Amino acid sequence: MEAASAPSGERSILERSPLARLPDRALKYGLTTLAALILALIVFFFIRLVGEARPAFAKEGVLGFTFGNDWNVSAEHFGALPLLVGTLITSVLALLIGVPVAVATAVYATELCPLRLRSPLTVLVELLAAVPSVVYGLWGIFFLAPKLQPAEQWVADRLSFIPFIGGGLVTIPNYFITGLILAIMILPIVSAISREVMTTVPADHKEAALGLGATRWEMIRIAVLPYCRSGIVGGAMLGLGRAIGETIAVTILIGDAPKLGHHLFAQGYSLAAVIANEFGEAQGLHRSALFAAGLVLFVLTLLVNGVARLLVLRASRPGGSGKDLTPAGRPLAEVAEGA
Amino acid sequence: MSSHGSSTQLLTRFDVSPSRRRKDRIARAMILAATVLALIPLALIVYYLLLKGLGSWSPSFFTTDPTGNTFFGSSNIGGIKSAILGTIEIVALASAISIPIGIGVAVWLVEYGRSSWFANTVRFFVDVLTGVPSILFGLFIYIVLIVGTGSSYAGYKGSLALSLLMLPVIIRSAEVVLLLIPGALRESALALGAPRWRVIFSIVVPTALPGMVTGVLLAVARAAGETAPLLFTAASTHNTNFNLGQFMNSLPVQIYSDVTSPTTAVVNRAWGAALTLVVMILLLNLIARLIARRSRLA
Repeated sequence: MEAASAPSGERSILERSPLARLPDRALKYGLTTLAALILALIVFFFIRLVGEARPAFAKEGVLGFTFGNDWNVSAEHFGALPLLVGTLITSVLALLIGVPVAVATAVYATELCPLRLRSPLTVLVELLAAVPSVVYGLWGIFFLAPKLQPAEQWVADRLSFIPFIGGGLVTIPNYFITGLILAIMILPIVSAISREVMTTVPADHKEAALGLGATRWEMIRIAVLPYCRSGIVGGAMLGLGRAIGETIAVTILIGDAPKLGHHLFAQGYSLAAVIANEFGEAQGLHRSALFAAGLVLFVLTLLVNGVARLLVLRASRPGGSGKDLTPAGRPLAEVAEGA
Repeated sequence: MSSHGSSTQLLTRFDVSPSRRRKDRIARAMILAATVLALIPLALIVYYLLLKGLGSWSPSFFTTDPTGNTFFGSSNIGGIKSAILGTIEIVALASAISIPIGIGVAVWLVEYGRSSWFANTVRFFVDVLTGVPSILFGLFIYIVLIVGTGSSYAGYKGSLALSLLMLPVIIRSAEVVLLLIPGALRESALALGAPRWRVIFSIVVPTALPGMVTGVLLAVARAAGETAPLLFTAASTHNTNFNLGQFMNSLPVQIYSDVTSPTTAVVNRAWGAALTLVVMILLLNLIARLIARRSRLA
């Protein structure tokens, strides 16, 4: 390996010649640049988005735009409250319906189901994540929504004494049906993260509970669920982030009516849906307003996802306060991808 | 702790009081019911896709372009050839862009960045990218490449939007696999005098390759089903097109525009296209799973 080089005698024979070290440096700095580019890209995106949204914010004011209850394209009046409310109602509904089912599925898969059924069950739930959003929309509007409409009307009639829920006429596209489809769509991710967190529960804890005479359910309630709480909450928040940003299925199912629906079974709009639906023919201030809606959506998902990541990360490293990302912490993040 | 009736009895599992046993049974039944409930939508979606989708499949369905004659009663609406080819072209270019960059960043994170503050910042921003709604990627490409350049929609712009979406998925999954490679493997190569870049290219990446392929395929499968980033970047058109600089059709966008049609035949075409898309995505998922099963690192 040494050959008869190094005439100057300054370089030891174990050292590589400067030329041979070049590819190493190139690779290191090349990859570092690549990584830095990702940061630059996001910052650049944010700045450009703010720039494009500025005319709308200038006209309505930031608060006036975000909380104004009037989205009127022809009058050039843009208040995003109906969109914001639509996004929040449908996403929260998705959580209320989807999270209990997802957690139950995870509990069943990790604690109750026969070992042979575990991986087929997991695969089946994950298949839900493979269905594209536009297919959920197609199925929802042509099958689920018409089939459920009589039942929804029945519920709305029975609950007519409760404001915001009952009383009104149930349309086929509405907030509720959108929330239901979103619940199905977030099920795989919430379930996957809950399952992942549940496998980290120490066997000692479970055996201790069983050893003290707890039934299976009591063991789940006192040993498994409390241990996983912050992980499950984090998973639910990631699901919330998904639901808030979901576009095409919502656009198809929510009815695209740019006003506040008066009850749960009324048509509405959402931030993502308004962009998908109106951007194609938007001009001038309208287009700027849609960019502003995108910015509100961006900030909303950033907040939700930030909290979610924090919770999941903490849950996956019970004792960890160290800054390094341990290998154990990373698979969770992969799962969080909803693969 | 509930008290037991008589002290002479042996402690067996039957000593659990009836009310606790009932609670246990009810809770377990409810958990099982919720699990079954979670699987019902999947069964219904698959059933309806097959029922409606197979009905509209025919040889000409795959070999003709959509005609755009979607008016009520028009008989010749055409098939989805341009949509299938468009999806393949757009996703192929998106993969060609995002796979090298994604794996490069993952290699940097594991081999160079490790847990420095800069690497953790990059990880954080990759997480941020993961959470960004897909339609915003479309808006971003629109701002930069359509407003910015004053040009119109094009297939490659759709690819760029999709590649932004794929990047975080690829980076994370590749990083997970790279972390599984034992440090001893790297150290042995370094001890034999191999420079770092050779260690990376000849030892680390080839060892991790099968695992990374899985993550890449899942990212491709996800990108193939996305509609929102393509709406304002690749737009849509009827004709088959092999020039990524032109407007380009794609399966999700085709389905989206067919959903809103009042004509039954067009809606049926949407079902057929949806079945095609789901079959393509499931195939990718299946291959990914098979590869993942074959390559168990560690």
